[in-house]
Amino acid sequence: MAQLEDPVDVSIAITGSGGAGVMTAGTVLLDAAAAAGCHGLMTRSSGPQIRGGEAAALLRLATRPIESHADRLDLLIALDWANVQRFAAELALDRASVVLADPAAGPPPEAITAKGARLVELPLAHWAKSVPGGRANMVALGVVGALIGLPEAPLAAALERFVGKAHPDALTASLAAVRLGAAQGGALNGAVPRLAPTGAPEARWVISGNQATGLGALRAGVRFVAGYPITPATEILEWMAPALHGLGGALVQAEDELAAINMVLGASYGGTPALTATSGPGLALMLEAIGLGVAAEVPAVVVDVMRVGPSTGIPTRTEQADLDIAVSGLHGDAPHIVVAPLSVSDCLGTTQWAVHLAEALQVPAIVLSDQSLAQARAIVPRPPDLGLTARREVAHAPAAPYQRYAVTASGVSPMSLPGTPGGQYTADGLEHGASGIPSSQPQDHAAQLDKRARKLTQFDYGARWAEIDSVGDEAIAIVTWGSPAGPAREAVARLRRQGRAVRLVALRLLAPALPERLAAALRGIEHIVVLEQSHGAQFYRYLRAWYDLPGATTRLNRPGPLAFRPGEIHRRLSELLP
Amino acid sequence: MTALDMVPAPLHAPKDYRSAVKPVWCPGCGDYSVLMALQKAFAALALPPESIAVVSGIGCSSRLPAYLDCYGFHGVHGRALAVATGLKIARPALTVVVVGGDGDGFSIGGNHFLHAARRNVDLAYIVMDNRVYGMTKGQPSPTTEPDWDSAIAPGGTGLRPFQPMVVALASGANFVGRGFASDPNGCARIIVEAIRHPGFAFVEIMSPCVTFRPDERAWKLRVHPTDAPPTDDPAEAAHRIMTGDGFGLGVIYAGTRAPYQPALAATSSLAALEQGFAV
Repeated sequence: MAQLEDPVDVSIAITGSGGAGVMTAGTVLLDAAAAAGCHGLMTRSSGPQIRGGEAAALLRLATRPIESHADRLDLLIALDWANVQRFAAELALDRASVVLADPAAGPPPEAITAKGARLVELPLAHWAKSVPGGRANMVALGVVGALIGLPEAPLAAALERFVGKAHPDALTASLAAVRLGAAQGGALNGAVPRLAPTGAPEARWVISGNQATGLGALRAGVRFVAGYPITPATEILEWMAPALHGLGGALVQAEDELAAINMVLGASYGGTPALTATSGPGLALMLEAIGLGVAAEVPAVVVDVMRVGPSTGIPTRTEQADLDIAVSGLHGDAPHIVVAPLSVSDCLGTTQWAVHLAEALQVPAIVLSDQSLAQARAIVPRPPDLGLTARREVAHAPAAPYQRYAVTASGVSPMSLPGTPGGQYTADGLEHGASGIPSSQPQDHAAQLDKRARKLTQFDYGARWAEIDSVGDEAIAIVTWGSPAGPAREAVARLRRQGRAVRLVALRLLAPALPERLAAALRGIEHIVVLEQSHGAQFYRYLRAWYDLPGATTRLNRPGPLAFRPGEIHRRLSELLP
Repeated sequence: MTALDMVPAPLHAPKDYRSAVKPVWCPGCGDYSVLMALQKAFAALALPPESIAVVSGIGCSSRLPAYLDCYGFHGVHGRALAVATGLKIARPALTVVVVGGDGDGFSIGGNHFLHAARRNVDLAYIVMDNRVYGMTKGQPSPTTEPDWDSAIAPGGTGLRPFQPMVVALASGANFVGRGFASDPNGCARIIVEAIRHPGFAFVEIMSPCVTFRPDERAWKLRVHPTDAPPTDDPAEAAHRIMTGDGFGLGVIYAGTRAPYQPALAATSSLAALEQGFAV
């Protein structure tokens, strides 16, 4: 029988061909688990087909907060075996796992049987036929629900929410199929861990990383978005379009990424907090205009949902290899903000923070999310409002002559908005003097470079710059950023339960670098493990460039397309520890 | 009757729209006249200077915003229409005018030209077409004649010139007109109409480059008023342009498409949106 170190933690995969209803079953299962008071996470994998290809829903459900998938699967339920070998690398089955499959779909392929899991045959399609309008995916949902101990009420509620009251016949059929599956699943009791949920979810949400990103932007006050569709960032635009419409804002589908970022600069120049969302190829196209935002001091937020590169790469999968261009890709000396969320839920707070920083500092801010966060749906505590809003220093009644780029102590100069009498100026990508009039004089260039750098380096970024998890006098620290922070937290917790001390430092603020803050965070550390998902070790090289790292350094880097799991990190750390 | 024929508002003479910045343009450049035409048009429309935003990209003519005492945005090469689109949608009460040249608008910015016309946001787009890249010292642009000799294309490009007015029509522009820089009053009249007309208004102003295209001084001998009043039929307008000699000045097309402008009125709340995520 499957036995994780935490017995109230179960990992499930549902696979099948297009149209089999894999994602429906997974989505309803996650929602039901949320309604039952569980924590959880769901990601999807799909084949290369545009529509209707094979799919795998990967779920991890638990009675404590989780932020990454587990190392292994307790249960695979296969609606059929269509192209399942595509997902073999992700389906971490072992001899303790259970595979539920319909014998009508034929024998499991070698890629599955080779893993040695116990095969249990269930005639899902046959059972489904006994229910008018019944479908095998709903029977499977009932089986899984019964196996992991989900009561019927939250399953029924989640189903009603998904199918909708507008289709009473479909809902009745689905419920009957779920009940049938639950009755059959009961016979397999004990095959996988049972969750024993509390049934008392206190203020929890089910949200994807991309939705959280969009909501964070809205909380901060973004009311204009321009974007060009690109995987895996499109859902940000699709979620924000009706949301902005309702809030009195606007979203424009631009003709390309060049237009999108320039529209954002135009709207922001007009005073409206503005954002665009894209992925690596789009960020590459936007870099010139981001530099314009730096020179002309126009706030803008660019969300880059990183995917596997270079070039088209693997658009549907995750990697952390846009760090180089995000931090250093602008031509000229162009200080700007780069931040990264550390979890699905943190996509909200970090994007909200990015808007706040961009507006306060009158500078573009890049948010480096990634596919593994963006397209995961997670059950999370309701994210509290951080109170970080767009507060731009505006010249409401400018004194003559108005100096748009006045050299101030903070480096931030009050910005006049179009429509303000006496505040007329030309925002310019040409180097300029304090008035904004173009200048090629060395003293103007130096003064404006200093000002634009100073406003970023003098700003107090507070405690949000990094997440530091320390229990005392550790000698080893994991230093990471972005999505690997989730599995790293779990690996660190596992080590601590084994009596071994490791500190975790996960950077949220990547630019500007804060050497003194990191030095303080690493005090007492003798060995640093740099964890990142980049073949070229971009984060390691970034740290080497900007920070003095104490003691020995080990790189724990590998490329995508698969996200880190806690066990992989735990193993490497265990090897390093005495 | 156009606004130019009316008594100008006393507080807004053309000179009130001029800044103290000295242009970088060559003596005799057609762009000086376009600058004056814009000032006259703004005065005729009695627009407060702070209510106008003039957006540009890169090139000789794109330097223009700094020479006006209005709000200005001098961005990167080719993207002025995108900047203006974002600004106008976010701030619909502003008068947003886009200025630039033929290379900026039809080469590097060509895609935005198509989509700005198609989107039909209420912008006036004034292109100073001199059929040459002046700022980089004399390379052929999309509108350059195929046999014009240059260092980068000895003997000429051999390429068919781009037809901006026809492309604008085909893409959905709501207003198309042509002016000639040596006739600033005529240009001002067309610009007034372009600003007043709802939606995307495209004005091509033939603006001679005296330095790299001295042959364009001869344009003044060839220009003439268009021989018909503006039409609201894009096919008729395209026919006139494609069968004309390319020197007919005036408003050729004034369409009836409604401009694109989201309402910007809140009907929901953040709390309602957030409720959608609650378990």
